[in-house]
Amino acid sequence: MDKQSLLDLLRHDARESVDDIARQLGADAEAVAAALEELEDDGVIRGYQAVVDWNNVDEERVRAQVEVDVELDRETGYEEIARRIARFPEVATLRLVSGDYDFFIEVEGESMHDVSNFVSERIAPIPEVTKTVTHFVMDSYKEEGIELGDGDDDDRLSVSP
Amino acid sequence: MTLGDQLSDRVEQVPPSGIRKFFELAEEVDDVISLGVGEPDFSAPWAARTAAIDSLERGKTSYTSNRGMRELREAISERVTRYGQEYDPEDEIIVTTGASEAVDLAFRAFVDPGDVVAIPQPSYISYTPGAIFAGGEPLPVPTRAEDEFKLTPEALEAAGADEADVLVLCYPNNPTGAVMTDDELADVASFVRDHDLVVLSDEIYSDLRYEDDHASIATHPGMRERTIVFNGFSKAYAMTGLRLGYAMGPPGAIDAMNKVHQYAMLSAPTTAQYAALEALRSCDDSVEEMRREYDRRRRFVLARFEEMGLDCFEAKGAFYVFPEAPDGDDEAFAEGLLEEQNVALVPGSVFGEGGAGHLRVSYATGMRELREAMDRIEAYVSD
Repeated sequence: MDKQSLLDLLRHDARESVDDIARQLGADAEAVAAALEELEDDGVIRGYQAVVDWNNVDEERVRAQVEVDVELDRETGYEEIARRIARFPEVATLRLVSGDYDFFIEVEGESMHDVSNFVSERIAPIPEVTKTVTHFVMDSYKEEGIELGDGDDDDRLSVSP
Repeated sequence: MTLGDQLSDRVEQVPPSGIRKFFELAEEVDDVISLGVGEPDFSAPWAARTAAIDSLERGKTSYTSNRGMRELREAISERVTRYGQEYDPEDEIIVTTGASEAVDLAFRAFVDPGDVVAIPQPSYISYTPGAIFAGGEPLPVPTRAEDEFKLTPEALEAAGADEADVLVLCYPNNPTGAVMTDDELADVASFVRDHDLVVLSDEIYSDLRYEDDHASIATHPGMRERTIVFNGFSKAYAMTGLRLGYAMGPPGAIDAMNKVHQYAMLSAPTTAQYAALEALRSCDDSVEEMRREYDRRRRFVLARFEEMGLDCFEAKGAFYVFPEAPDGDDEAFAEGLLEEQNVALVPGSVFGEGGAGHLRVSYATGMRELREAMDRIEAYVSD
């Protein structure tokens, strides 16, 4: 079972049935199920989620990208700080990045007030955090490799040589 | 005078396309899922599209050199080395308005009235009319399901192709998805040399092979000097509507084709040439991604056909599989399927001798439609 092909396929569409995955990879359904379990057990696959276009959902959803500067000391490294930030359910994504700031956080909340409160009351007060910059997401055009526009119509001739 | 009565015999001799008939039937059906499409469902890579847009913005709207932009010919020359092909951008490559134009140029350059053009079938539907328009006599060479629709010297012999002047090849093949390996091509090459044929090798699907790398007859001993190779951007780069292809061959041959091309076409569309240049420069990853997706769909379709008991050889190229129609009547099957389940595919008999009793199923369609189409075909088959 070629795990890279399996991952490619799942990254494309994780909702395929095990049988359909097996057909596309030319493998047994049992082998696919076993490989999936292994990938999950090994922590390679951490979850399967829907890519939602929040523009098309009635419920208000506020997202922000927050840049965070930290100052490390002898006892505290990035790992410790990251663990404390990651625990908050409001934090959807947390990455250590190169460049002008240290951490990149994606925060989700029900209102702008919610999100800014969260940043000022939960993130900023962490002793190692020296600065935060919050960017509210105003619109989204592409998520997880999927364009969120109306998409291109298939205007090919229905039958062609 | 009625113009309808003045048609040339050559044009009248060619019957209307069977694809056309099926297209019209399919157009009348609502919510049709089509597996009858002979072009990619992807769009051209964005980098290629932006290169075309940029060229327009820079006012690149004049003719190019007849043979195509020098840079593009150089990029093509560099590209085809991956197939073991070596052609000089100076005088061995001509850029054309789709590979279709290139094939037509070759017919006009190499076929004299009465010349016999051997065409392995089932085949892409343009070769036979193309040969006739050039005054040639098409000679069908049936290939068989039990040979996985590969061309063999025996098939050539049986059809009388030893007497032919020109042989058309198309592997990976439309409509069957068949491919030919180097060893298998060596046998054909030997027949070709023995009987002194010119080979027109349409390799438009060269990048869409799933089990092995492309092999070209032109790389076999003694074959380069008697072969014209056609390729293009339509299939691998999903650029069908941009109409850009090319032909490669010895200088004298390309000169002759250019002679026709310069009067008939002048030069291939300039905008498309810019798109193609960018495609060659930066779009390998897109091609590979599309290839991998086609491969997944190919396996899926083959697996579903096997499960529903539809006999189908393992097609390893292009984006077609070519199963047998369950009761042997491909046209009745295709019409019934369209009528009852709203799924369009193309009956194999449209593609000439050897195609009857088979169905061309294109998997250039998204997985969602493909899955639904397979469910419907299964329902139709088990009904």
